[in-house]
Amino acid sequence: MISIKKNIDHHLSNYDKVQSSFSWDEIAKELNELPDGKGLNIAHEAIDRHAQTHLKDTVALRFIRKDRSFQDLTYGELQKQTSKFANVLQKLGVKKGERVFSFAGRVPELYTTALGTLKYTAVFCPLFSVFGPDPVFQRLSRGDATVLVTTSLLFEKKIKPLLERLPSLRFIILTDASEHFSAQIMSFPKLMEQASAEFSIPETNPEDAALLHFTSGTTGMPKGVLHVHQAVLTHYATGKYVLDFHEGDRYWCTADPGWVTGTSYGIITPLLHGVTSIIDEEEFDAIRWYSILEEHKISIWYTAPTAIRRLMRLEIKPCEEYHLEDLRLILSVGEPLHAEAVIWGQENFGIPILDNWWQTETGGIMIANYPSMTVKPGSMGKPLPGVEIAIAEINDKELKFITEPNIQGHLVLKKGFPSLFRGYLHEEERYNKCFIGEWYLSGDLAKKDADGYFWFIGRADDIIKTSGHMVGPFEVESTLMRHPAVAEAAVIGKPDPIIGELVKAFVVLKSGIESNEEIRMDIMGFARKLMGPAVAPKEIEFVESIPKTRSGKILRRLLKARELGLPEGDISTLEQS
Amino acid sequence: MNEDEIKKNIFQLLKKIAPDTEPSVLKPDENIRETLGIDSFDALQFIIALNEKLGIEIPEKDYGKTNTLSDLLSYIMNKIK
Repeated sequence: MISIKKNIDHHLSNYDKVQSSFSWDEIAKELNELPDGKGLNIAHEAIDRHAQTHLKDTVALRFIRKDRSFQDLTYGELQKQTSKFANVLQKLGVKKGERVFSFAGRVPELYTTALGTLKYTAVFCPLFSVFGPDPVFQRLSRGDATVLVTTSLLFEKKIKPLLERLPSLRFIILTDASEHFSAQIMSFPKLMEQASAEFSIPETNPEDAALLHFTSGTTGMPKGVLHVHQAVLTHYATGKYVLDFHEGDRYWCTADPGWVTGTSYGIITPLLHGVTSIIDEEEFDAIRWYSILEEHKISIWYTAPTAIRRLMRLEIKPCEEYHLEDLRLILSVGEPLHAEAVIWGQENFGIPILDNWWQTETGGIMIANYPSMTVKPGSMGKPLPGVEIAIAEINDKELKFITEPNIQGHLVLKKGFPSLFRGYLHEEERYNKCFIGEWYLSGDLAKKDADGYFWFIGRADDIIKTSGHMVGPFEVESTLMRHPAVAEAAVIGKPDPIIGELVKAFVVLKSGIESNEEIRMDIMGFARKLMGPAVAPKEIEFVESIPKTRSGKILRRLLKARELGLPEGDISTLEQS
Repeated sequence: MNEDEIKKNIFQLLKKIAPDTEPSVLKPDENIRETLGIDSFDALQFIIALNEKLGIEIPEKDYGKTNTLSDLLSYIMNKIK
């Protein structure tokens, strides 16, 4: 039943040609700056400029509720809602650059908050709603949250006990409260009801901070990755060349805005191109997902390997059971998509699934398989035009580029593209460590073949990639250490066929405490309560000691090698215990 | 196996996956995943463990029919008839 639209004129029909003629200045000309030379603002490009055109009555966002009913917001309505929210921030006295956080599921208020905050020129920072109180506290306090938009349930369960430790958090706005509780805890509908739908976006320098995303590091607590309004150029260019948006498209990004994909590609990019973006409030369910593709006539679908692997478990052939004639493009990000999944796409949908690569720090897609390009299953594809990417060896803080094909090295990106992060909030030293000269060190290992395709190898550090999300082992270990029975803890990513890696903890119990199922459950429950299921360990193994270097650094790689039954490598610096 | 025994097994397996929760207080029509705050990986592990424990096969396409305790129970009762 599937029929691929063959008449689409791809924006990138010839990779080499586009790459050689590409310029960011030309991309900028396709956007409208703010009127009267007031600068560049993401929300203006995403909403206000369309609301003045024939797109005014086009559906910008369609929210599918859990019961399958849906709510539409046109570009015209979205302009009003986001202006109202910007006026709410003004009324509350929020200053430009202050941080507005969201902590909620994929509800309309989250999207209004994100875009209204950008309009106001405050900084938007999303939190994943499955986080427990520990990760939430770390992010709110490190990000100096001024405003938090959340639901009554999440507030009662996870935020209320933290309030005393968050002195800079001035306002909490509850999406579902009908009345204000106090001068600090307020009702979203009430504030919006009283706000004007007219708002003139203030002067916005392209280098003004716009978005803050937290990502995990190996050695410390999460880092606040700061992006500026100019990142919109990358969002727009990737929407054009990678997602290949055309007017009339119906697009579904399944990522949650709690993570960077769900913001860059679940909120901003489709709006920049004036298409209709579908948002499902429910979590993954294979049959529901296929029927959404059919019912809402999705043409472009951006999803993740974890979901694709779940769909591959089904015995049904989607194109035989569902009308998916409109679906012309499927893309994947979050972790490398294995060749078999790319081929499964070809066999089941008649189109290969196009993998791409990027990071929170790069702000947008950097390496991609483009709709017009021959796909090599298992490859990340080729660099986005306008971005220079190389494979290099790193020796004593010097880069040595590897030009010979198929040799593994560090994946490095040259500064100069608009969406490269501008800093880790309050952590300049950590930021500086990510660069050697003009090159950003991604921390990923890869190789490049003779045809210019990049192939992912793995992380150069101990960061765990679970369900496409980064988890920092240090953050998990720190929480485990707070359990009264735990003497030491080390955390690794254990390969898993569905979610890529699962968080596994090795725990040394304090002397005199017996290792049994009861204590294991107690520690697991303790970690889940504080961190939430997205971060807490899924497995705990008791061990006698944790291998460390002589300087006391945990040898997570050794634990991982042991877990996988691989050679343990050089252990000459191992602490003798 | 009667309904009470199945329920007992369900609670035991949920408790093992999410020891921070109290599955036995689940109301029949509450969404298991949302009420207990478990993620989709946990939910998958739960169904796989349930398949093993009860010797049944709940295929991925039917997961949407097992969202609440009462839906799950009636699905299983139907399956083992």
